[in-house]
Amino acid sequence: MRRRRVARLGAVLALAGLAAGCTGEAAVNEQTGANTPAYGDTLIEASIGNVSSLIPNITSDQASREVGSYMYNGLVTMGRDLEVKPELATSWAFSKNCLTLDFKLQEGVRWHDGAPFTADDVVFTWRTTVNPKTPSPYRSDYQDVERVEALDPLTVRVTYRRPYAKALLSWSLNILPRHLLERYVQEGRLKEAPQNWTAPVGTGPYRFKEMKSGEKVVVVANPDYFKGRPSISRIVYRIIPSQATIFLELKARGVDVAGLTALQYKRQTEYPAFQKAYNKFRYPGSGYTYLGFNLKDPRFADRRVRLALAHAINKQELLDGVVLGLGREATGPFRPGTWADNPRVKGVPHDPEKAAALLAEAGWKTRNAEGLLVKDGKPFTFELLTNQGNDERKKIAEIVQASLRDLGVGVDIRILEWAALLKEHVKKRNFDAMILGWGTGADPDQYVVWHSSQSGPDELNHISYKNAEVDALLEAGRSSCVQAERTRFYHRLHEVLAEDQPLVFLYWRDVLPAVSSRVFGIDPGSAGIKWNQDEWFVPKYLHRYTAG
Amino acid sequence: MLAYALRRLLLAVPLLVGITFVSFLVIHLAPGDPVEMQTGDMPAEAKRAYEQLRKEFGLDQPLHVQYWSWLNRLVRLDFGNSFAPHGRPVLTMIGERLPITLLLNVIEMLIIVALAIPIGVLSATRQYSTFDKVTTVFVFVGFATPDFWLALLLMILFGVQLGWLPISGLRSMNWEYMSFWQQQWDFLSHLALPILVATFGGLAGFSRYMRQSMLEVIRQDYIQSARAKGLAEHVVVGKHALRNALLPIVTILGLSLPGLIGGSVIVEWIFAIPGMGQLMVQAAFERDYPVLMGNLVIVSTLTLFANLAADLAYSLVDPRIRVSRRRR
Repeated sequence: MRRRRVARLGAVLALAGLAAGCTGEAAVNEQTGANTPAYGDTLIEASIGNVSSLIPNITSDQASREVGSYMYNGLVTMGRDLEVKPELATSWAFSKNCLTLDFKLQEGVRWHDGAPFTADDVVFTWRTTVNPKTPSPYRSDYQDVERVEALDPLTVRVTYRRPYAKALLSWSLNILPRHLLERYVQEGRLKEAPQNWTAPVGTGPYRFKEMKSGEKVVVVANPDYFKGRPSISRIVYRIIPSQATIFLELKARGVDVAGLTALQYKRQTEYPAFQKAYNKFRYPGSGYTYLGFNLKDPRFADRRVRLALAHAINKQELLDGVVLGLGREATGPFRPGTWADNPRVKGVPHDPEKAAALLAEAGWKTRNAEGLLVKDGKPFTFELLTNQGNDERKKIAEIVQASLRDLGVGVDIRILEWAALLKEHVKKRNFDAMILGWGTGADPDQYVVWHSSQSGPDELNHISYKNAEVDALLEAGRSSCVQAERTRFYHRLHEVLAEDQPLVFLYWRDVLPAVSSRVFGIDPGSAGIKWNQDEWFVPKYLHRYTAG
Repeated sequence: MLAYALRRLLLAVPLLVGITFVSFLVIHLAPGDPVEMQTGDMPAEAKRAYEQLRKEFGLDQPLHVQYWSWLNRLVRLDFGNSFAPHGRPVLTMIGERLPITLLLNVIEMLIIVALAIPIGVLSATRQYSTFDKVTTVFVFVGFATPDFWLALLLMILFGVQLGWLPISGLRSMNWEYMSFWQQQWDFLSHLALPILVATFGGLAGFSRYMRQSMLEVIRQDYIQSARAKGLAEHVVVGKHALRNALLPIVTILGLSLPGLIGGSVIVEWIFAIPGMGQLMVQAAFERDYPVLMGNLVIVSTLTLFANLAADLAYSLVDPRIRVSRRRR
């Protein structure tokens, strides 16, 4: 479930820091110079999640989005360093007041069925997304759009009611074929369209070949792709629900691309045969884990108490213990290395003495017989919630419990099923503290998480945070389309959040994919490795599978 | 006999309704709903979409209304559509998943029966012999071994170390480029490990039942008299004793019929086999009510029928039951 949430916020993978370069057979042959792109071979990817739809505009799960990215294109996309890059649009321009956005479209693009792609398809995709009958999780990105028009077959104009910071990025939305889907959208039956399950049609680098429910999706190279036919002829996206099985398949070289756990990355793949067969990569993911407090609780409403708890936790120890050091300390909610992240903000250092002093200042001075701090006759204890099935969070809870115990604060850990945790506790604001994670989107706007207006029962400001300066910065940040201006707002926001510690930012976990070493052309960047997957290739002499 | 069968069938109807009602209640009362599972934790702006999805699925209605409309559709054999974004008919989804689960479980069942009966008979006729002791140990090891653990060990041995068998899935990735016989061989080799794992656990229970039942029978007087008549031991055991000892096995076999459909969740999960067990678990995670209920209806109907079939078969093979029923 956590993966879902990450996906919904529009996560795109993050920052550089590649670990392993080319090793083994690949390295040897690099010297001989034979590693030139060649058509052919099959890439086998493994995913634990099921594919729930082949029109990714109506789903939010990661597997469907990944499969969708082979078959569809947006007007823009994210490049190597998370910069906005042209895709179906060749260029764009904002008006001075940020209210109109014009896209020039790529000429000569064809849908997989041969029909030409035009501005009408873009208008149609927008209409589909905002149509109340379409179950789209991305509708809120377009609520400020007044209209979208096709000025001519290759020009689209988007008019906004007010400036909207995410405007450009929101057009990384997958563009859908009007000529096939219009009828279904009008009748509110988009789900039932054959394009949603048996015959998806996009403009992307790969065409749909076959889908076996719960087993695999197969796509084949699109020879007419407007950026050129991809080298790898076929991609098989296998669904393997068990992480243990995926790992064994990797060891037996049955899959070519799969994610590793920290333990697998660090301890179980450090042997020559694996290093020869795979390249391992490492870069910070798009989500951070935090210890959040219910700020309606008068104890946590006191900044000194929150700061004391932050000082009491040794984050480096936490990182080492929980993810074997494969992550980085979080200082705020912006992905490290992105433009919104303020590198000058330092984390709260581990300092138990300062923590005790801060608590004393807040009135927690005397200890009772059990060694717990007492104020007004009540001992300082609280319940720490987290969700079931996430071993990392369970370990964090235990480490936090031990660290705070030394300080004289008692922690009761309670682990609940995800749905129950969300419904009965988080949404009803019925908790003391919790360990959860946030996924961050490609755009740094986090209005829905931090703004004081968003603390209603079903809203995302779970901790009920209210800070006038934060509110103002969030509003300013989301209503400009000029990045330099926004950078200022977000850097300041980062500082305020670090000083105020509305929650304890713990760490950003690294993403640890392994890719078969016969695959070349991987260029790891801030966006991870998948951003240029249509340029990956396998040199002819390393081909393993027959594939057209 | 016919009247009895009819009466049992009629009684099954209220029972089935009762089962579905309780399941419906339990499933809907579990925290989290399908819309929440799909949309996660959503911002206020998208709340309208959430309400609308709930409406589309009929989740805004009171529970009894939802149940009534579900039942109404069921009577017309309409199992509804999945709540997942693909929104496909439940029956189609089950239809896709059923063949592989059925195939796996039928093969597994046949192997179990073929092995368990001789093991049971032999260890009963040679009670406390070395063979009996060895099989007893083997059987308890089988009982106590967790499926997933055994599966992983076998995958490591045959898949990773030796490389003889594929680890997971149903077909190799270059299946389309194989000849017909290669394809058959490929498919069979993918089934080998899952069947081995499933058989190992099932064999234990079954052979124990067989042994127990055989032990009871060979102490009966008529076996004594058969021996006294001077019949050869294999005739005594193979004919007189075995036929009677098989009676309880009929019931157990009948009751394991629904399991053929329900699938074994763990085996399908770990071997990445897209069968019914996986479908059910996935649906439970996603709170996909129509799929869950559809599955439940099919499995519980089968259980009821299997029960009935076992009873009828029992009276067919055992004259004593037939007679006593007639007297009633």
